[in-house]
Amino acid sequence: MTAPFVILAILAIAGATAAMTLRKLVHCALALAVCFVGLAGLYLNLNAQFVGLVQILVYVGAVVILIVFAILLTRHDELPAQTSRTRIAGLGVSALVFALLAWAVTAGGAKFGAAGTQPEAAIKDIGSALMQRYVLPLEVVGLLLTAALIGAVVIAMEEKKSK
Amino acid sequence: MTQGLDQIFVTLQHWAVSHSPAAVQPAVSILLPVVGILIAFPALFAITTVLERKGLARIQNRYGPNRVGPFGLLQPMADAVKSLTKEDLVPRSADKLVHFLAPLLLVAAVFVEYAVVPVGRNMVLADMDCGVLFFFAAGAATEMSVFMAGWSSRNKYSLLGAMRAVAQMISYEAPLILSSIAVVMAAGSLSTVTIVEKQAGYSGFWPHWYVLTPWGLAGFVLFMIAATAESNRSPFDLPEGESEIIAGYLTEYSGFKFALFFLGEYLGMFAISALGITLFLGGWAAPFSFLTWVPSWIWFFGKLLVLIAVFIWVRGTLPRLRMDQLMNFAWKFMLPMTLMVIFSAGLWRFLPSGVLRWLICAAPIALLYVVLGRVLQTDRKIEKRVYRYAE
Repeated sequence: MTAPFVILAILAIAGATAAMTLRKLVHCALALAVCFVGLAGLYLNLNAQFVGLVQILVYVGAVVILIVFAILLTRHDELPAQTSRTRIAGLGVSALVFALLAWAVTAGGAKFGAAGTQPEAAIKDIGSALMQRYVLPLEVVGLLLTAALIGAVVIAMEEKKSK
Repeated sequence: MTQGLDQIFVTLQHWAVSHSPAAVQPAVSILLPVVGILIAFPALFAITTVLERKGLARIQNRYGPNRVGPFGLLQPMADAVKSLTKEDLVPRSADKLVHFLAPLLLVAAVFVEYAVVPVGRNMVLADMDCGVLFFFAAGAATEMSVFMAGWSSRNKYSLLGAMRAVAQMISYEAPLILSSIAVVMAAGSLSTVTIVEKQAGYSGFWPHWYVLTPWGLAGFVLFMIAATAESNRSPFDLPEGESEIIAGYLTEYSGFKFALFFLGEYLGMFAISALGITLFLGGWAAPFSFLTWVPSWIWFFGKLLVLIAVFIWVRGTLPRLRMDQLMNFAWKFMLPMTLMVIFSAGLWRFLPSGVLRWLICAAPIALLYVVLGRVLQTDRKIEKRVYRYAE
């Protein structure tokens, strides 16, 4: 528990909490961006430069912007104060997920040993792993995403023409 | 002597560190380059505002600022005093906190980008393994700040401007990153310092810059077009199209917050030009082997000033694009061209050097350019314009 870790963890948790509790949707999206930056800082703190920087580039630069666009392009009146009826179930599910993750982390830590050897993944290693060993999954994912992108455009275009 | 002048700032830093108490030495060695960046680039901003107003004035056949100081050179001082003493107006219905944070976020994010820019030999704040990636990641925050400014103002024009700006920045980020990927492939590294080192050396007196290869030239042109769009400058200044949406996301900003936005936009333009210099123009290296005695940082800032001059020239020359033209250009022309540049860079890597390599690598780019030009023209009918209400 070093000082940078504590600061970044507080940033991430505060951002996540604010994203859940704030009333205006755009505020929530901005708080989510703060949370993502905190997570990226944690990755950078672990010497995972590539993952940390891509986290900022993709999540802050693209995902949050996309969320914000979705909020602006759809109707968003001021939400009345409301309580969900499935609140208890939601709490139960999130507690279960948390328990599962906590168990995985603690059990995995015991298995692999939390000894001081910090794995250094240079960006070159990540690149050659993606391009050699995992090239087929990478291509499949690329094809899938391209298909999804073109599909989205096609659906949007047809709607426009039928008007 | 030349060696000393070349390394003068590095020597100064070492001297200052060795003469400070041991307890603060790490802090001093980190903070001094930061202070250097915080002084050098805003000073360049002040000079550029005068040069831009003068240059645009010459293009438009008028004098430009010539009242404050000799030849109007002290105009930035007057501008600074004016923006500092102006009332800081915030709309009553604005989201005060977000409205306040937006310009700060922009300036902070842009300054962070300078951390990985090598401005001279041994003169870089952070030589990171992922330098180029770091630059683009920091740039992602500028989109957020533009959106925050437009949304928090609670003004239709501001929101429209912000939407335009974000759509434009996202669209042109793809060709920007893809054209730099060609250089990353050729250099085999994401570190800005290594990329500059790979372009060192001369054949005869001719440098080994990436811009002097067919794919590098095409990549550089595409990079600079995307950089113009990314820094919201004319002809891509739709977000601030004053004849349509007043001043876009800047409409509700006044006084020093407006000045901060102004500063942030210019610093963003310098930063992205600096990245273009690092990637394609050999960074701080001299353009000819017989000019290597000139200090490296002079070359860097010289190249930067030349690129700024081109930006000013383009701004004074080209009319503003329309929104659909902007998007078509990004997705139908820039994106295929950058993909072809990457392909050509791959060819270049594996072919033996010679005249034939030049032709083989230039051919696909030229071919695609012609084909795209033809295909994109076909479905556009140019006919007599019909005015529905003004007849």
